Amino acid sequence: MFPTPVERQSAAVQATYKALVPLALILWLLPLLMVALFSIKPDGDFTSGNLWGMPSSFAGFENYTRVFTDSSMPRYLLNSIFITVPTVIGAVALSCMTGFALAVYRFKGNLWLFFMFVAGNFVPFQILMVPVRDLTINLGLYDTRLGLVLFHIAFQTGFCTLFMRNFIRALPRELIEAARVEGVSEIRIFWYVVLPLMRPAIAALSVLIFTFIWNDYFWAVVLTQGVESQPVTAGITAFNSQFRAAYHMMSAGSIIAALPPVMMFFLMQKHFIAGLTLGAVK
Amino acid sequence: MTQMTEQAHAADTRSWWSRNQMRAAPWLFLAPGIAFFAVYVILPIFQSFHISFYRWDGLGEATPVGLDNYRQLFEDRAFYVSLRNNVKWLLLYLLAIPAGLAIALFLNQQIKGMRLYKSLFFFPFVISQVVVGLVFVWFYNPAIGLWNPLIGLFGFAPMNVLGNPNTVTYGIIAAGLWPQIAYCMILYLTGLNAVDPEQVEAARLDGAKGWKMLWYVILPQLRPATFIAVVVTVIGALRSFDMVSVMTRGGPFGSSRVLAYYMFEVSLSEYGFRMGYGAAIAVILFLIMLVYIAFFLWRMWRDERAA
Repeated sequence: MFPTPVERQSAAVQATYKALVPLALILWLLPLLMVALFSIKPDGDFTSGNLWGMPSSFAGFENYTRVFTDSSMPRYLLNSIFITVPTVIGAVALSCMTGFALAVYRFKGNLWLFFMFVAGNFVPFQILMVPVRDLTINLGLYDTRLGLVLFHIAFQTGFCTLFMRNFIRALPRELIEAARVEGVSEIRIFWYVVLPLMRPAIAALSVLIFTFIWNDYFWAVVLTQGVESQPVTAGITAFNSQFRAAYHMMSAGSIIAALPPVMMFFLMQKHFIAGLTLGAVK
Repeated sequence: MTQMTEQAHAADTRSWWSRNQMRAAPWLFLAPGIAFFAVYVILPIFQSFHISFYRWDGLGEATPVGLDNYRQLFEDRAFYVSLRNNVKWLLLYLLAIPAGLAIALFLNQQIKGMRLYKSLFFFPFVISQVVVGLVFVWFYNPAIGLWNPLIGLFGFAPMNVLGNPNTVTYGIIAAGLWPQIAYCMILYLTGLNAVDPEQVEAARLDGAKGWKMLWYVILPQLRPATFIAVVVTVIGALRSFDMVSVMTRGGPFGSSRVLAYYMFEVSLSEYGFRMGYGAAIAVILFLIMLVYIAFFLWRMWRDERAA
């Protein structure tokens, strides 16, 4: 272990360390704690100048209820779900197949195709913006959730292919060879031999893509406009102009908008971190 | 899927399929992915290059103007401001790597509740950049934010971070660093987990400790983590759109623009729909990124050959 474990050090060092960790955490999360505190304060606290003290009364329940009853927030949240979930399914499905093809078969151009997916995943969004917006308008999908979903699926396939291909490469090749000797067709090998082994990769990728897409803002403002189709990251701007200077409401709204990926992270922590740190250890 | 195989076996295509399936199968699996990727990612790159040689409002007829857009770019003050800010982003963003390593080293202990502490430290990365941006707008806000009282403790005068052209970009970068440090931290925590304890003990017996141990024993073992941290941090820095858009819309007086945001502003906002000019900015941004993409692919190609 590095650094030296504190258990091996004096009691004083141990006690200091144990006090220091929560303190550092509070400092680290201070901006967020401030917003969380705002979100449970009543309106009056802001006019009376009680900004960072205890709330004069607990208004969290009202504030958060109002986010759902007095604004379009539920609609935006629903849009986000209808954009995020199909994208996760689509991108994971496509990349299971591309990853399998690139990991298992030797053919000319294999590595070039793989590099194409990897490189595409790194390009700045702006180089795609004008043509993708144009294409989406021509397909009649501008300002629809489907338009956003189709683009997201395509773009995420780059990263997902990188992930899946490397995962399948690390699986024991003998399994596939053995199945081939038995005369099992390639499609059955994919479906019955390889796919069941990909479950951890599918789980990790699903949580990651869920978070990436839920948090997307750029494409949301480029490809959608109104409350009918905008996800919550774009909708929060409209929400904030509705509650201009009502900091307790804006805070509550932001926390609601940020919550789903946070919950996803805490529920699926192991998969999330496994996916994010793939390649960090050799 | 199964149905397809059965059909293939039943019909007279059977012999063709069983003879050629090793050659046909990869393309079958690749076709949908390639189609999507080509239409939405590969082709648009070339289309953007093409559009950058035109004057086009996005609706009407496009007029070919040769290199005019690029010529204009090199006389555009806003372009240079954006470019300079991109350099600031790139350099300062790299601080996320040592900062992430420092926090990872600080947290790499086994006291009670450590797992939860680590997750909470990682937390900012999971929140959308839009919300991180808003949180920091309020944090810096001179009327309601904690920033001014906080620096007041150290004797600094109150300031309006996002209202001052000299500080605004640093203020946004600091907000951007917050989730990025968390990301680098988790990479290093995973890396530290895999550090070979025997090597560490052996080095300890040889009298290595502290900085020497970190530099000569630990860091070489963390190289894969460092490589990924550099890649994601550079890309994150060049993609800095959300924060700028949410926190300042490029202001005050355009002083916090970056290329990614300026491109968007030129092509889609009140400044008019100048798609050709926007595409030219995007091309420049793409060429900068291409250096890193090429570096990354070269490293991958080397590893693949070794494998």
